[in-house]
Amino acid sequence: MTGDDAAAGSGGHVTVDATGMLCPLPIIELAKAARGLAAGTEVTVIATDVAARVDVPAWARMTGNEFVGEKKTDGAGMALTVRLR
Amino acid sequence: MFLDASGSAPMTNRTLEAFHAGLADGWADPARLHTESRRARQLLDASREAIAEALGARPEHTHLAHSPHAGLERATAGIFAARRGRDRIVASAVERDATMHAAHHVAAGDLTMVPVDARGHVDLDAFAAELAVPDVALAAVQHANHEIGTVQRLDRVAEATTAARVPLLVDATASIGHGPAPQHWDALVANPADWGGPAGLGIVALRPHTRWLPAWPEGDDWAPGGVLVPAVLAAAVALQERREVLDETSLRLHRMIARVRDAAAGWPGVDVVGDPDERLPHVLTFSCLYVDGEALLSRLDREGVAVGSGSACTTSTLEPSRVLAAVGALSHGNVRLGLHPGVTDADIDRLLDLLPRVIADLRDEAGAPEIA
Repeated sequence: MTGDDAAAGSGGHVTVDATGMLCPLPIIELAKAARGLAAGTEVTVIATDVAARVDVPAWARMTGNEFVGEKKTDGAGMALTVRLR
Repeated sequence: MFLDASGSAPMTNRTLEAFHAGLADGWADPARLHTESRRARQLLDASREAIAEALGARPEHTHLAHSPHAGLERATAGIFAARRGRDRIVASAVERDATMHAAHHVAAGDLTMVPVDARGHVDLDAFAAELAVPDVALAAVQHANHEIGTVQRLDRVAEATTAARVPLLVDATASIGHGPAPQHWDALVANPADWGGPAGLGIVALRPHTRWLPAWPEGDDWAPGGVLVPAVLAAAVALQERREVLDETSLRLHRMIARVRDAAAGWPGVDVVGDPDERLPHVLTFSCLYVDGEALLSRLDREGVAVGSGSACTTSTLEPSRVLAAVGALSHGNVRLGLHPGVTDADIDRLLDLLPRVIADLRDEAGAPEIA
């Protein structure tokens, strides 16, 4: 359930798999994954909970990070990306 | 302590007494011709007149419905039916579900939602641009939002609808009894339970010029089967009671909400929502990062504190509040307050003492990271 948040890519990109989690868990997992990462790193949350669409951009605003955008995934979920500052 | 009064406020003793008196004197069917029915009819008519007067409406154009929800539905359907050849409805993105569902239904999906800014004010330029297209049957913009409290600039909204000759439906279900009634509307819907009257009653006021057709089988009857006469009497008495001390109550509750707003804005990871000034006196919502809204409500309830929430986990659909989404607010860990006139400063003291501890506990339990 914690996803592959340890698997930071060489391009500074981390993915958090929050599939099946309900709010506020996707945001808690996002915050845990973002902790200690360098500014400029992008973190993508894969979520099926519709609240994540609202809460990932709100989290970015509240924590001084930048919301990059949303993409559909191959499955039922969505991929929401933030860039850390 | 009860801090979830938006939409259903506790009844005062005076209102309860009126309700009981209504049961004793107004039990008969007001549509029949004998003495008992005439007494019920008199109570019903006098109560409706008093409510109409408080709304700035004409009694003969003030209709009773079985709920505010039904009132919004019938007003939408009735006005839409009289606008042949125009089949689109334009609404602000923060209207109630009842308005949205009715609009979606009668306009067969031809519904345009106009965005709001971060404080919840409708985008007036986008609104006017939508009305410039001559296919609009009806525009729906609420007076004030029941979740975030933001009061719309209805004078500006009405400038646009008047210029486009589009009837304006104003949902005032969150505002009547809490401040001055709005003046700019062609149709107005109010909710007696919100001002401390009984639930199960809605009020629809129309301007004399507002055209409508019965889009339902019962002709000009807006409440088929009739309404509960004692409920209408109690609604009128409750509104009268609110209006006698309206300025004082409004000022007092406005200050209490300002205290909570200021305090909550200083708590780490809390998103305070809505317009700090152009707002209802008694309504506030804020969201707490990394907190489960349902757990927060349950914890507060165990402490004897009743609040509302717009978080997805607290709604029947498991979807977050559309209003919070429209203003870009955090949707989880949401607390919604609606103060009634009986709330005291000591209640607010206790709330402000309790909330930061409960929020911190729930974050700990969820293993949430520290907030910088």
